[in-house]
Order: sequence, then structure tokens, then C-alpha cells
Amino acid sequence: MTLRRSMLFLPGANAAMLSTAFVYKPDSIMFDLEDAVSLREKDSARLLVFHALQNPAYREIETVVRINPLHTPFGMQDLEAAVRAGVDVIRLPKTDSAADVQQLEAEVARIEKACGREAGSTRLMAAIESASGVINAVSIATASPRLIGIALAGFDYVMDMQTERGDGTELFYARCAVLHAARAAGIDAFDVVYPDVNDEAGFLKEVELIRRLGFNGKSLINPRQIELLHQAYAPSAEDVDYARRVIAAAEAAEKAGLGVIALNGKMIDAPIVNHARRTLQRAEASGIRH
Amino acid sequence: MKIIKPALAGTLESSDLQVKVAPSPDDTLEVVLSSEVIKQFGQQIRRVVDDTLARLEVKAGLIIIEDKGALDCAIRARVQAAVLRGAACEHIDWEKLS
Repeated sequence: MTLRRSMLFLPGANAAMLSTAFVYKPDSIMFDLEDAVSLREKDSARLLVFHALQNPAYREIETVVRINPLHTPFGMQDLEAAVRAGVDVIRLPKTDSAADVQQLEAEVARIEKACGREAGSTRLMAAIESASGVINAVSIATASPRLIGIALAGFDYVMDMQTERGDGTELFYARCAVLHAARAAGIDAFDVVYPDVNDEAGFLKEVELIRRLGFNGKSLINPRQIELLHQAYAPSAEDVDYARRVIAAAEAAEKAGLGVIALNGKMIDAPIVNHARRTLQRAEASGIRH
Repeated sequence: MKIIKPALAGTLESSDLQVKVAPSPDDTLEVVLSSEVIKQFGQQIRRVVDDTLARLEVKAGLIIIEDKGALDCAIRARVQAAVLRGAACEHIDWEKLS
């Protein structure tokens, strides 16, 4: 299970940030070649990201590149650069249908073959940013075995819905639709960015909401938000204690050849054991919530 | 790759560098390097610049570099961006850029 709580956005044209972002230790780093890069810097940002991806400092962190849409003059070159540089995941913006993912998948396969990269080693992620995307979330989430997750992107989505960011009511349906599609497909779900980096209380309130809904994590625009997010996702001491007992019971049952796991007289099934493993993984990564 | 027009890439922000390229009137290759860390890393920066230019097969041109403490990956990227712009290159050979 790959932990994906925090996905830190980095503007692809910013050499200083690209040179240092690994020190913040988010779960994933997303080099942005799309909205964060002006039209006249698309070429130089692409080259910066191409070389940053090959920096050994990024070997221990999952790397993601948000390319420009493939129908723009930049998308295909972004894809060539990212796949050839060894990126872990390509994030496709403005995904409206399964066909968008399948087109991306075909191009990625072509580039992997051309550059000698292992077939299938480039994973994909689809960002849903429109009403059409939300409606098609299930077919998008199941469009390719390369998909590791789908993300909701809030700004474009609320524009498409002719509304604006507020207390989260405006995102409620989209969050639930994207999350259910991801879970049905067995992939991860990522929530929107929280734009006000100075509003810590508002950020934590939103994180608590999306954590309880079941999102794996959130896109972030400032390193200051990483520790807050990880701490909010850290399990409590009681959660960890219970998870350890569940795992111990599961291991004991397996050793005894029992098909049924019991703890304190209650039956435990596989989803509970998996949840316990995730709890311990989060505790190992972020400690205990305080 | 032939530099046919003046071009610029990068910034003067910390951890970045600015690279200016121009065609050479006498068909020679001249690299002018200034850096805040020239004493400690001048040779290393120069090695990265020369290697990047050689891979791009740049044989002539004036290359002016003002470094603000950039990492090797940023140096390669900015030199390549300036050269590709100066050469008005439309098709990128990624093998040469690695």
C-alpha cells in the first residue's frame, strides 16, 4: 500500500523550489507544467522538470507531473519529457471521459517503447475538473490498469458549475462521486487544494471532512500544509492499539490454520484487517495524533 | 545545433541561473561564466555547461551565464532552453538532452 496523503504542487518553472522541495517530505511531489507555468515558459519549465526528475534526491519520493492537455501544443512534449525522465505518475488535467485516459495510455505506451522504459511502469492519474468529468467518474476511474488514482480539482469544477468555493457544500456531490468511483475501481482518491495557506483552522476543518469521507489525501500548494495534513491523518493511540491487536489475531488465526479470525469474541473479516494495516502504516509514517 | 538568433532562459533568482546565447560573428564558441560560488564550484559548473553544449553539438556562439547557486540539473535545463530557443529548434531529440 503506497501512502498518498499529501501531494505537493510545485510550479515547473521555479528552479529554486524544484531544487529543494524533497526536503519537505510530502508523500508525492507534483511538478506542474500546466496552470502554474506561463505560455512563454512552457519549454524551459519542461526542461527543468525533465532534469529535476533525474535528480537522485527525488528517488525516495513518488514523483508526479501534471502535463498540459494533449490537445494543446504542449501536452505531447510534456509527456515525452516526463516519461523519458522516469516519472512515476502522469497527472492528466481536465479529464472528461474514459477516452481521454485511453488516449494518454496509448501515448505513454508508445513513449515507453521508444525510450526503452519498462512497459507499464508509468502510472497515471486523472484530474476531474468539470461536471462531465464528475458524471463520467466511474468510467474514468476504470479506464486503464495504469491508473493509481483520480483527483477532484476544485477551481475549474466550481467554475463549470457556475458557482464559487465556499464552505464545501458546492463540492459535496463531486467529492462523493469521485470518491465512490475511486473506491469502486480500487484506486486512490485525492481532494482539492485548500487555497488560503494562512487559514490553518479552515484547512484543518476541510482535512477532517475529507478524511472522514474517505479520501486518501489532498493536493497541497504550500509545504506548511504537509505536517498539518499528516498529523490530521495520523491515527490515535487507541486506533493503533486496536490495529495491533487485529493484526496479532489475524496472524494467530493464520498460524493455527483457522479461516475465521476472532478478537474479544467478535469476528474480524478481511476489510478490518486491511484497515488495521493502513492504520499501522499511517502511524509509522506520521506517528500518533496528538 | 546552430545558434541563429539571440535568446535567453532562466532567471536571476537564488538557486537559478540566467543563460544568454547569441550567434558568433567569427564562428567560435565562447562561454562567459559568472557565479556567486565560482571559487567553490566554478570548475564543476563549467564542466556541466561544456558537457551540455557538446551533447547539443553547439560548435559556435557566445554563451553568457550568470549563476545564482543553481544545481547541476537546473544548469543543464537552462543552457538547453537558451540554446534550443537560439537555434529556433522545433524538434527535440530527448536522447541528447538526458
